[in-house]
Amino acid sequence: MKNSRNSINRIRSNINMNLYRRRRLANLVILAGSMLTTIFGLFWLCWLLITLFGHGFQHLALSVFTQPTPPPGESGGLANAIVGSILITGAGIAVGAPVGVLAGTFLSEFAMDSPVATSVRFINDVLLSAPSIILGVFIYSVVVVPMGHFSGWAGALALALIALPIIVRTTEDMLKLVPNTMREAACALGAPRWKVTVAIVYRAARSGILTGILLAIARITGETAPLLFTALNNQFWSRGLNEPVANLPVVIFQFAMSPYEDWQNLAWAGALLITVSVLVLNILVRTLLRGGARG
Amino acid sequence: MDTAASSNPKDQSRPAAAKGRGQILDALLSGLSRLCALAVLFIIAAILISLFMGAWPAFKKFGPAFLVSAEWNPVTEEFGALVSIYGTLVTTLIAMITGVPVSFGIAIFITELCPLWLKRPVGTAIELLAAIPSIIYGMWGLFVFAPFFADHMEPWIADNLGRLPGMGFLFDGPPLGIGVLTAGIILGIMVIPFMAAVFRDLFEVVPPVLKESAYGIGATTWEVLKKIVLPYTKAGVVGGIMLGMGRALGETMAVTFVIGNADRLEFSLLMPGNTISSSLANQFTEAVGEMYTSSLIALGLILFVITFLVLSAAKFLLIRLTAMEGSRT
Amino acid sequence: MNEKGQTPRETGQLNIDTNQTEKAENLLTHGFRDIKDLKTKGKKAGLHDLPVKIEVKDLDFYYGNFKALHSITMNIPEKHVTAMIGPSGCGKSTLIRCFNRIYELYPGQRADGEIGLDGRNILSSNEDLNLLRSQVGMVFQKPTPFAMSVYDNIAFGVRLYENLSRGEMDERVEWALRKAALFDEVKDKLRQTGTALSGGQQQRLCIARAIAVKPEVVLLDEPCSALDPRSTAKVEDLINELVADYTIVIVTHNMQQAARVSDFTAFMYLGKLIEFDSTDRMFTNPREKDTEDYITGRFG
Repeated sequence: MKNSRNSINRIRSNINMNLYRRRRLANLVILAGSMLTTIFGLFWLCWLLITLFGHGFQHLALSVFTQPTPPPGESGGLANAIVGSILITGAGIAVGAPVGVLAGTFLSEFAMDSPVATSVRFINDVLLSAPSIILGVFIYSVVVVPMGHFSGWAGALALALIALPIIVRTTEDMLKLVPNTMREAACALGAPRWKVTVAIVYRAARSGILTGILLAIARITGETAPLLFTALNNQFWSRGLNEPVANLPVVIFQFAMSPYEDWQNLAWAGALLITVSVLVLNILVRTLLRGGARG
Repeated sequence: MDTAASSNPKDQSRPAAAKGRGQILDALLSGLSRLCALAVLFIIAAILISLFMGAWPAFKKFGPAFLVSAEWNPVTEEFGALVSIYGTLVTTLIAMITGVPVSFGIAIFITELCPLWLKRPVGTAIELLAAIPSIIYGMWGLFVFAPFFADHMEPWIADNLGRLPGMGFLFDGPPLGIGVLTAGIILGIMVIPFMAAVFRDLFEVVPPVLKESAYGIGATTWEVLKKIVLPYTKAGVVGGIMLGMGRALGETMAVTFVIGNADRLEFSLLMPGNTISSSLANQFTEAVGEMYTSSLIALGLILFVITFLVLSAAKFLLIRLTAMEGSRT
Repeated sequence: MNEKGQTPRETGQLNIDTNQTEKAENLLTHGFRDIKDLKTKGKKAGLHDLPVKIEVKDLDFYYGNFKALHSITMNIPEKHVTAMIGPSGCGKSTLIRCFNRIYELYPGQRADGEIGLDGRNILSSNEDLNLLRSQVGMVFQKPTPFAMSVYDNIAFGVRLYENLSRGEMDERVEWALRKAALFDEVKDKLRQTGTALSGGQQQRLCIARAIAVKPEVVLLDEPCSALDPRSTAKVEDLINELVADYTIVIVTHNMQQAARVSDFTAFMYLGKLIEFDSTDRMFTNPREKDTEDYITGRFG
């Protein structure tokens, strides 16, 4: 290495080795820095995952799935919160997904570059980046206050507002990936526009649309802030979504902030459940997308 | 319509109903989808109106002073937003200071340094971490990071940085573990995977020919990054930082666990405080009295406006930078 | 959607690659005898003696503010193959996209003038576009199989306008696939997805799908440009078969192909129709200097 550098120096006298050494040093410093920051960043994140999985698995007993949330100082499970979370998330997606898919369809298939579409796109981005707690406050004012009580439906609506912009975005992007020639080919057979959209475009983009919905589910599964003042919490089994409904995120929040060790342990178990389901959903999305790209 | 169609003899064999139904369904789909798209506009309008109406009593009573008053007293019903605004801005600033360089380093590592076999696992891990709900970060912050921080870092910070002339007041106070600094760092850790994934995606769209031609004249990796990759991606990098900032500003759960819910204005970063979102999370359901609720909603409106401004600024910058890009070439 | 996809076409630049120039020269020196031999049908009738299927009158076409077609007037004869040739961006694809008004999918594109189909003006605002398109089929440059089975690809168009029993539908699918010379290759794969076929098979599937609807006119927009020579030969044979029942309009970059498959050829340049005559005449004795230059590869 050293020899070869010397030989270059001998042949080409115009090369300033000092300058080169300085450049190499700068390069080395920066790259070492990048390596260190990577290690630094991954260190915290690994630490977080290790504690989460450690504590979570330690307290993940069968009773977590079979017993409802306990009063302070007693043992119990999270069964009502798990069911409540599934119900609220399901209801939220059931509201958000059709509206989102249709709005995405409008942007990609009907409006294209019209001023309406441009403003809907911008506003959708605003909604996408709006703090989720604001959406909770909004639903509180327009649903909880008029109804006079907290309810699972209010929580579901707040979650639908979070899911909506995600689904609009991905649906539009995925529909735009369907080549125009496909639409032309279907139109050229005499198919009316709705048929082209439903039978050809949706079908070609179905894994993409599903991806968007799954991403939205993953996102709202762990959302806590908007549920604090909408679904609230319920220590017992709810009879329906028309009353306060226990849900994992809010239970985790309340139990983790509590002074009781039993509650804190349940919070860890709940946190693990949420994280695992979010990760599973994300991995599902990846496999879906990869499969879609191949087909 | 029928006159035109009936000149074609084949049309008689076709069910005429199909045509009418087709037109109805066409109108139905385009109308329904338009309605859903307009619903997005309607929702934002409704959010603004409802927040404004909710906040109106507080604005009317306190006037513009609401923004600069550090008073937050539910008993005397005197409210001001300064403590929460200050907390929000400071935690976000700390999050950016810790998060941006680290995410940058990670993105550089993944795109330029990482051996090929490690690229995908690290990239995937980062993306999955970005999907972990923020409540998990908050919980970890409360149970693990805050005690660690109080035992091992804060005494050192108070002893060393606290004595610095001019900025010592920022690092003054008991090592509680809970406070503005902790909340900011947790926020930073939370946005790292998100921003790193954004930066990595950006760096990877730089055409290989550009990089190769710079390497071809003997540039080092850092020089290629500085002179080729960064100029090529700067619009996106700024946009990515802004998006990360938007997340940090509005984040609730990662902050609420560790900030301490204190409504007194403290300049020391080691002291407990409040952000807008943590005030809402902690106090909204317990708020009694119209003025208390109204003041909290006013805080929410302020937060909404701040995040909206950040997003608009990001979009504006992106548009301007891409326009400049275009005019230069 | 992708209006920008049209821009290369609008530039009006001539990019004739050397390959094609060579082909044209070959054609000029050796080709013409072969062409005459190929014309097995031996249609001697002149352009003006034949019944007219599509009557284009003073047709202008705009992409936004860009005028892509300048008062085109031509009569396309029934049950013959008419080829459109010309350099990239000359408007030949634009012209045939007017015949089924597929351009209506994109805001900002519009046609002025008249296009008569069996005597009715299809550009009139009360024309039912869906019915029009079931009457005028189209096959595109790239194969466009839908994300469904081979069988459903073909049945899709048929189901739009006809209520057939299962048996009748089976028959229709088989009929279309046989017409497209594809049946033997796919008869065991009818339930597999259409995207799994080879490129040449996909394109023949698209042709089968277009004719299954039993249109009267079939528009082919450079149907072979994405195909290998063997698949191209199959598609060309198919065109020669189909012309007995259908009026066919084909856009092609390949002059040999135009010479091989068409009865009449139109040469377009910069959005104008320069010359339209029987293929024999166009390739042996063109009237216009531009046509001759293009055909001999001396263009640009």
